[in-house]
Amino acid sequence: MAKVLMKGNEAVAEAAIQAGCRFFFGYPITPQNQIPEYMSRRLPEVGGTFLQAESEISAINMVYGAAGAGARVMTSSSSPGISLKQEGISYIACAELPCVIVNMVRSGPGLGGILPTQGDYFQSVKGGGHGDYRLVVYAPNSVQEAADCVMQAFDVSDQYRVPALILGDGMIGQMMEPVEFRTPKKRDLPEKTWAATGYDGTKQRAVINSLYIEAEAMNAVCTRLQQVYRQIEQNEIQYEEYMMDDAEICIVAYGTTSRIAKNAIGQARASLGIRAGLIRPITLWPFPSKAISDAAGQCSAFVAVEMSAGQMVEDVRLALDGKRPVSFVGTLGGIIPTPAMIIDELKAIKEAMS
Amino acid sequence: MAVVFKKSGLIARLPFHYCPGCTHGIAHRLVAECIEELDMKEKAVGVAPVGCAVFAYNYFDIDMYEAAHGRAPAVATGAKRVHPGNLVFTYQGDGDLASIGAAEIVHAAARGENITAIFINNAIYGMTGGQMAPTTLVGQKTTTSPLGRDPKHCGYPVRVSEMLSTLDGAAYIERVSLHDVPHINKAKKAIKKAFETQMSGKGFSLVEILSTCPTNWGLSPVEAIGWLKDNMIPYYPLGVYKEAKSHDE
Amino acid sequence: MTNEIISAGFGGQGVLLLGQLITYAGMIEGYHVSWLPSYGPEMRGGTANCCVVVSDEPVGSPVVTEADAVIVLNRPSLDKFENSLKPGGKLFINSSLIEKKASRGDVNVYYIPANDIALSLGNVKVANMAMLGAYVKASGIVKKESIIKALGKALGEKKLHLIPINEQAFDEGAKRV
Repeated sequence: MAKVLMKGNEAVAEAAIQAGCRFFFGYPITPQNQIPEYMSRRLPEVGGTFLQAESEISAINMVYGAAGAGARVMTSSSSPGISLKQEGISYIACAELPCVIVNMVRSGPGLGGILPTQGDYFQSVKGGGHGDYRLVVYAPNSVQEAADCVMQAFDVSDQYRVPALILGDGMIGQMMEPVEFRTPKKRDLPEKTWAATGYDGTKQRAVINSLYIEAEAMNAVCTRLQQVYRQIEQNEIQYEEYMMDDAEICIVAYGTTSRIAKNAIGQARASLGIRAGLIRPITLWPFPSKAISDAAGQCSAFVAVEMSAGQMVEDVRLALDGKRPVSFVGTLGGIIPTPAMIIDELKAIKEAMS
Repeated sequence: MAVVFKKSGLIARLPFHYCPGCTHGIAHRLVAECIEELDMKEKAVGVAPVGCAVFAYNYFDIDMYEAAHGRAPAVATGAKRVHPGNLVFTYQGDGDLASIGAAEIVHAAARGENITAIFINNAIYGMTGGQMAPTTLVGQKTTTSPLGRDPKHCGYPVRVSEMLSTLDGAAYIERVSLHDVPHINKAKKAIKKAFETQMSGKGFSLVEILSTCPTNWGLSPVEAIGWLKDNMIPYYPLGVYKEAKSHDE
Repeated sequence: MTNEIISAGFGGQGVLLLGQLITYAGMIEGYHVSWLPSYGPEMRGGTANCCVVVSDEPVGSPVVTEADAVIVLNRPSLDKFENSLKPGGKLFINSSLIEKKASRGDVNVYYIPANDIALSLGNVKVANMAMLGAYVKASGIVKKESIIKALGKALGEKKLHLIPINEQAFDEGAKRV
């Protein structure tokens, strides 16, 4: 398929359709409105259903209903809307339903602003809703990767029966870049024998449920979920290494911020002779802890760069377990970091090293 | 010997957890009998609420969902849109449907969502121990309105059937009661009518069933039936509130 | 080669489309490209702007802070983005609406009477194409054919009849360079 120039939001929507998603339930919020708008146009063309729900809460529960019925289903929103969905996401995680959720992050807390930030990292990777659960979290840094991640997310979600989250930001959603829709590597996906389609006696009666009153029963579900999460940690970690071959300082950044970090690395190497490299988590959960820990053998300092007050930096520190110092460069409120800010930090580290 | 009464084959052979004298059991049986009589067992999918009927997914021997509190109409929407040929119903109490789930039920009705809501109105929160519900009557004592519901402080009870019947998407809405055998028979007819409405694609249907909660009302089962008749029916008049011939009407 | 461009003006002046056409043309010619719009409340009545990167390497940051070219269609955009230009960069000013001259001496400035060109052709909406013509001529980053091809895609089937007037505006703008 030839490359086309598309907005990130539209590419995410089209990728979902190409991945076989036929149901979408959403509620308007900036800056992700092109996703439901695109879906409302495209889904009927492929025999699918788009429905604008009365709230984000209803939308995620419609997802629960459609996922429980065995369909490939997606919803999208932006930060405050994603907060509203958390109850439903927790139920979906416990009921072991596959689905894809897109968060085109805007600034917060509160109603915040509509400019891009990365302030929803904790919410995305540490839980978000109540209880012990995880989402597989993809943080693409380009329109192409957003499309790739969405297509992969449907497969991964079906394979493990764990909801997947695409964590973008306003910039990923609004930016236009060339994109081609590439089928991900084929996985053996289990048949959805558990789906509530009507009980005709040919399979076990389906009960889509997240209520387990007895401690033993709840324990069994939680333990099973944890076992699945360990498998995902084994199999699904994705990250990119950039100019790490000879790096003495390692930047860790994801999403849009990682691209700014790449510019900074190029400039720092060319004009200052600072050998910086980048580890870019593509999956934020599972987190590429081992790659970061391994880099400690070669890099004497680490810098986390985020459009937040410092969230992912905690996972970088956990990965390094005190082996190396980790500093932080961050912006808040929708301010986008500049290469100069990152270079200043690299200079300071370099000076301290010598 | 002639069989004069038989438990529905769609009701699981399990002891119900409902209190003695509670009418949930009757409502369950009526729903199950209607599904059987319409020969829809293999296509019926139910959505249980949060509330006393939370374990309904164990009692109906069909494919079931358990929904988050109040969200059953949204869950049913997702289920129905994926399998439009299925008979999809929610089974919700008054707290679930008329309080926390008010937005979901209103918009399911407004969309003409082709599902059926079985709405159990017993004027109180049962499972959590007898707190005030959106349908608690003025003056009625509950654990959170110990002096009786004071409308100056917390407003008036919600008449769900009347409210939803104003929406064009609602195709069939009836309020029934379970206080005696003739009314139980009427209730069954209403449920069947609601299911038929859905199966013919006419749109949203709801049957509001006035029910008793002897435990939390602090009455014996017999007294509770009397209380329902004397207090609930005057405020919640029985009857058909909406009957559309087709989706467009 | 990496060329970073900022296109800015009032909402409705077609500055986002201007940027998209450069992006699309760059893609047609096999470059790596990105287009990033401002998407704030600014879009309503205030200034709109977009950042475009055209490069023979994968695009790093889509945010342009030091531009090779700045194209401004109104006065507030000149004030806001003049200092985002690299020394030696190219500044394209819509002189029909902006009386002020560039204040920097270390950049190449092109004054294009874009609205006058557009009005003389009978449609003020093509002022952006006059600015684009000037940019393409002066920068040589993409070819005119690619821009016209991109325009066809952007306008869609129903508006293909508008291509000639857009092309005329493009050519007139190019002539002023």
